[in-house]
Amino acid sequence: MTLAALEITSSYYLVLAAMVFTIGAVGVLTRRNVLVMFMCVELMLNAVNLSFVAFARALDDVTGQVIVFFVLVVAAAEVAVGLAIIVAIFRRRRHATADDLLALRG
Amino acid sequence: MNASDILDYLGIIPLLPLAGAVILLLAGRRIGEPRAGWLATGMMALAFLGSLVALFALLSLPAEGRLQVNQVFTWLPAGTFSVGMGTQADPLSVTWLLLVTGVGLLIHLYSIGYMHGDPLFSRFFAYLNLFAASMLILVVADNLLMTFLGWEGVGLCSYLLISFWYRRNDAANAGKKAFVTNRVGDVGFLLAMFLIIATYGTLEYTAMAPAAEIISAGTATAIALLLMVGAMGKSAQLPLHLWLTDAMEGPTPVSALIHAATMVTAGVFLMCRAYPFLEVSHDASVVIMWIGAITALLAGTVAIVQPDIKRALAYSTISQLGYMFLAIGVGGYEAAVFMVLCHAFYKGCLFLGAGSVIHGNGDNQDMRIMGRYRKFLPVTAFAMVIAWLAIAGIPPFAGFWAKDEILVEAYAHGDYGVWIVGTAAALLTAVYMTRLIFLTFFGNARFEGADAALAVPVVSGGSDEGDPAVATAHGPHGSDGHDGDEDPFEDHPTVVFGEPPRPGRLHGHRPHESPVLMLVPIVVLAGLSAVGGLLNLPFGKLDFLHQFLEPVFEGAKGVKATTAQKLTAEGLSVLMALIGVSIALLVYRRGLRSPDRDPLVDRLRPVSTLTGSAYYWDAGVTRFVGGPGERGASWLNRVFDARIVDGAVNGTAWLFQRAGRAASRVQDGYVRRYALGILLGTVAVVCFVLLWAGR
Repeated sequence: MTLAALEITSSYYLVLAAMVFTIGAVGVLTRRNVLVMFMCVELMLNAVNLSFVAFARALDDVTGQVIVFFVLVVAAAEVAVGLAIIVAIFRRRRHATADDLLALRG
Repeated sequence: MNASDILDYLGIIPLLPLAGAVILLLAGRRIGEPRAGWLATGMMALAFLGSLVALFALLSLPAEGRLQVNQVFTWLPAGTFSVGMGTQADPLSVTWLLLVTGVGLLIHLYSIGYMHGDPLFSRFFAYLNLFAASMLILVVADNLLMTFLGWEGVGLCSYLLISFWYRRNDAANAGKKAFVTNRVGDVGFLLAMFLIIATYGTLEYTAMAPAAEIISAGTATAIALLLMVGAMGKSAQLPLHLWLTDAMEGPTPVSALIHAATMVTAGVFLMCRAYPFLEVSHDASVVIMWIGAITALLAGTVAIVQPDIKRALAYSTISQLGYMFLAIGVGGYEAAVFMVLCHAFYKGCLFLGAGSVIHGNGDNQDMRIMGRYRKFLPVTAFAMVIAWLAIAGIPPFAGFWAKDEILVEAYAHGDYGVWIVGTAAALLTAVYMTRLIFLTFFGNARFEGADAALAVPVVSGGSDEGDPAVATAHGPHGSDGHDGDEDPFEDHPTVVFGEPPRPGRLHGHRPHESPVLMLVPIVVLAGLSAVGGLLNLPFGKLDFLHQFLEPVFEGAKGVKATTAQKLTAEGLSVLMALIGVSIALLVYRRGLRSPDRDPLVDRLRPVSTLTGSAYYWDAGVTRFVGGPGERGASWLNRVFDARIVDGAVNGTAWLFQRAGRAASRVQDGYVRRYALGILLGTVAVVCFVLLWAGR
């Protein structure tokens, strides 16, 4: 096995993206800390970004990269709003976990 | 500005009294007593001027071109179907405009005198103006729905004005009765409109004549008869006539304007607008003709024994309206319109005269305790005598020409049955009107203190203050206001058949003539009932009204009566009128021997009991509605409404409540569950795309 044989194809990136996405999804589902859940959402977003870039490279189409910029912009906005909400929650109650936020239960 | 431009502004005419009504309702109290009446009267005068302008504009157009429709705006757009607000200027609408504004103006003027001193003076004029506006909307409308708007408007005003003295229980109930009975008729009107929409998809009058030719006779019959049900309610035809006599609880100017001259002719107007259906459907025409004829006859038999002057006039109105429908049934639309005009003149005069009598003798309406009033109310007596000759059908007064044209039409049309019934009703008309006039103005004086009153020479009439030597009687509209609640006359001014005469309310005063303000309209209407026949003389080219209206009823299969037919029908009806007058003169020339003995009633027993009680129809309906009707309704309320209607509604609500409660479990507030849901959803969508849609 030579180094030359180890060519990094786009499948590698896609597999990595799938793994990161899964980690993120499982994190959102299992963790209770709001901040951690939030970071997991970011993981999922970036996994998707990674696969976009991989496809853009493989298909030689710049559209995928453009979409990544959109996702980054939206993620930045989301971070701003989301962190603000989290700060508000933490100010209100010390050890807030997501499961304590039941006010909108049907 | 040429004639057709002017006719585009026809919509202004109803807006004038409407503006008056709005002003009076908002600021009536501040405007105060005489001025509120003058404001309303001024609005009517302007509307009358506008109608005159419309008439001359219409006359300046060629006879075939006298139809001007102006769509002002779309009122109800609903998909392909839409209803507009617009005006239709044609001879029919302009005739009615002149009638409503002209007679309305006179009666507004009269009311200023009649309602003097009433605490609700300005509100009365607001309602009166509102009525005029609704009636004008009804006639200028270019489609059925807008006419229905006016139709309901006049119904509302009728209710408000009948119950005007709402503290009186009878008046409040009479208003409700009129309103509810009219609702029954309105169901027919509504169904007719639904049927017309379903058949043609339009409610415009101009579309009806061409469209009526292509529908089946069955549909035309249904539409015509349903419209007739509406007309029966509004125009008090059998069997929905029973509200009109109770409507006499309202102030007398209201009886004159709404329940004699204008509103009750709305049914005639409607049937004139619906003539294309009648032309297609012979069956409907026959039904309408017979309803009219039977109404004319039966109402006449009831009128001849009524002791109450207003109730007698009310039955007379029902009878005369019957003539109008008879005319419509035999295809004599122009004759019906002619009758409407003449009837407005003489019946308006009679009602206003009756109002003057009631006003002048302490609110007594019982003719049995009147008599010899011509001494005290000379002007009223003179005017009412002219109106009497007119309604009795004595040539050359208006009623003769109008009634005889209808009878000639029926005769020439070959409908001998209705012709005989109509001629018999003419006899009754002469009898009851002669009786009314003689009991009131001639014969012996039967009111309390009659001898003393007659002994003092009458110095002057025509002033509400009266001469200082003899104080005059004042009713509740007089200076003593509205406070006599314990007074029997306050509660029941109406005298029903079979009730013994009550002592009058003159309190030693004597009957007095009404103020000039009230006498002017009476005299003008008397003059019109004398010469009204000139509108439509049946000689050669003198039938102006007929020529004017003919283009409206284009395609109507009218029959041209021969001279022989005319002479037969007219001769017989004049003969009948003379016989009727003679009979009544024979019986009532000297008045009554005593107030509780009416020779006609006594001699015709037990028939007079039957007719006097209006064939127990009203009592029967009351008993039915109060007994089985009420029980049935309460059963429906208890069982059908509570279980089935409410059950369906509540059941639906219960179902959705349960479903909602079950579904709300999903929303448990745990964010991770939501996230799981989103994830599973996404996986499901991806699986779907990969496994099925991708192929």
